[in-house]
Amino acid sequence: MNPSLEPATTKSILAGSRKSWFGFPGWAGGLLLLTALLMLVNLYLIFMVAPTDAVLGQVQRIFYFHVPIAIVSFLAFFVVFVAGIGYLITRRRRWDSVAHAAAEVGVVFITLALLTGVIWARPVWGVWWTWEPRLTTTLILWLIYVAYLMLRAYVPDRNRAAVYAAAVGIIGFVDVPIVYYSVQWWRSIHPSAVVGPLANAGALEPIMQAVLFFSCGVFLLLFLYLLLERTALRNGEDRLSSLRFAQRRGVTDPD
Amino acid sequence: MRFWRPMAALVWKDLLLELRSRDIVVSALVFGLLVAVVFNFALNVSPGRVAELAPGILWVAFAFAGTLAMSRAFVREREQGGLEGLLLAPVSRDAIFLGKVLVSFIFMLIIEAALLPVFAVLLNFSAFSLTLALTILLATLGFATLGTLFSAIAVQTRSREIMLPALFFPVILPVLIGAVEVSGTVMGGGGLGDGGTARWLPLMAVFDAVFLVICPWIFSIIAEE
Repeated sequence: MNPSLEPATTKSILAGSRKSWFGFPGWAGGLLLLTALLMLVNLYLIFMVAPTDAVLGQVQRIFYFHVPIAIVSFLAFFVVFVAGIGYLITRRRRWDSVAHAAAEVGVVFITLALLTGVIWARPVWGVWWTWEPRLTTTLILWLIYVAYLMLRAYVPDRNRAAVYAAAVGIIGFVDVPIVYYSVQWWRSIHPSAVVGPLANAGALEPIMQAVLFFSCGVFLLLFLYLLLERTALRNGEDRLSSLRFAQRRGVTDPD
Repeated sequence: MRFWRPMAALVWKDLLLELRSRDIVVSALVFGLLVAVVFNFALNVSPGRVAELAPGILWVAFAFAGTLAMSRAFVREREQGGLEGLLLAPVSRDAIFLGKVLVSFIFMLIIEAALLPVFAVLLNFSAFSLTLALTILLATLGFATLGTLFSAIAVQTRSREIMLPALFFPVILPVLIGAVEVSGTVMGGGGLGDGGTARWLPLMAVFDAVFLVICPWIFSIIAEE
């Protein structure tokens, strides 16, 4: 017989972990509420206030989702990089939890950025995909951080996984500028097939710029909320597994 | 002395092991030849399209054969418990890492030197070019540096056959692009300074330099675990 922790205890550990982040309860709910409200405002701005693009039409509105999501995903991988260095220097689990959470949220966001990009490219450029430098770099980033998450899943030991993940997070981030330049040069040799109205992304209308700016802010808040929530959950998982470990030892250990 | 002697000993040990078993170089060579044959049928390489297709086939074969060789290098250490012994020895971690890089570099150069004439015959291009040799040296150095670090990581995971290529290929991509571009220039009859060589060779050199600094540092950290 291997008695496990009460389900109620498990739940309270996972739920209680979020309180330990800022020291007061309910921050997560507050941030969620704020993000949700601002997201509604954001949707209103995007679909009601922002003018319809003269050349591209309604489809251009996906731009207000695509750009902020892409920016936030790059930010997420920067967080992975910084938290990885932080973990290697301090060896505190907290840093690793932040890195892991940022990588997971970053992969979700970059997947969305790729998908919205593909949806946008079809009507605007006439192709679903083109090996344009930014697109290609984004795809490579996606591959690097999916490998990062695979690595975390495939290393059984928790501390080892943290160190290896930090290593890959650092190398992946250092590699990004080199990838970008190499793809850009490669592209300049093999001319792009893209001939579309957006081949040169000219200056935006002030109102469009404002909506884009607002949308960036809202998605940043959403990222912050997801990051903090996931980090808190990760810390809770750590606490739970160490409790389980201690309990198992207490049961099987004769003394 | 404290740095070079252990490193040389490590390199010699791996070369001696390989000289007696020959399993890494031989299996990678057979694999590289298979790539050439498979691609020939998959892409239907006619004489007119050699300059277009041959560089890609060449570097896909080199990259895949290289990952095969590099993953074997650390599996052997792990199976025999050699890695623990190495890390317990009073030797600088940099010496261990750079020794392993040098071994992988030598193995890959041997494989590439053997594959290149065969590919030149099969695909009808001229393999005698100083520019191509320089490209192979720079690209292989990058492959060996990054590949050694990633295979040291991948060997500790549950599915290491997948983990090494999954980590390695996205990060090495700039070197692969550069190598293919320069080889294409060479096979099209160009030399040093033609086409994009003035860009790609420095890019590969920068890549090698950056990762020759970062990778030993990261290895010394992960080796503690």
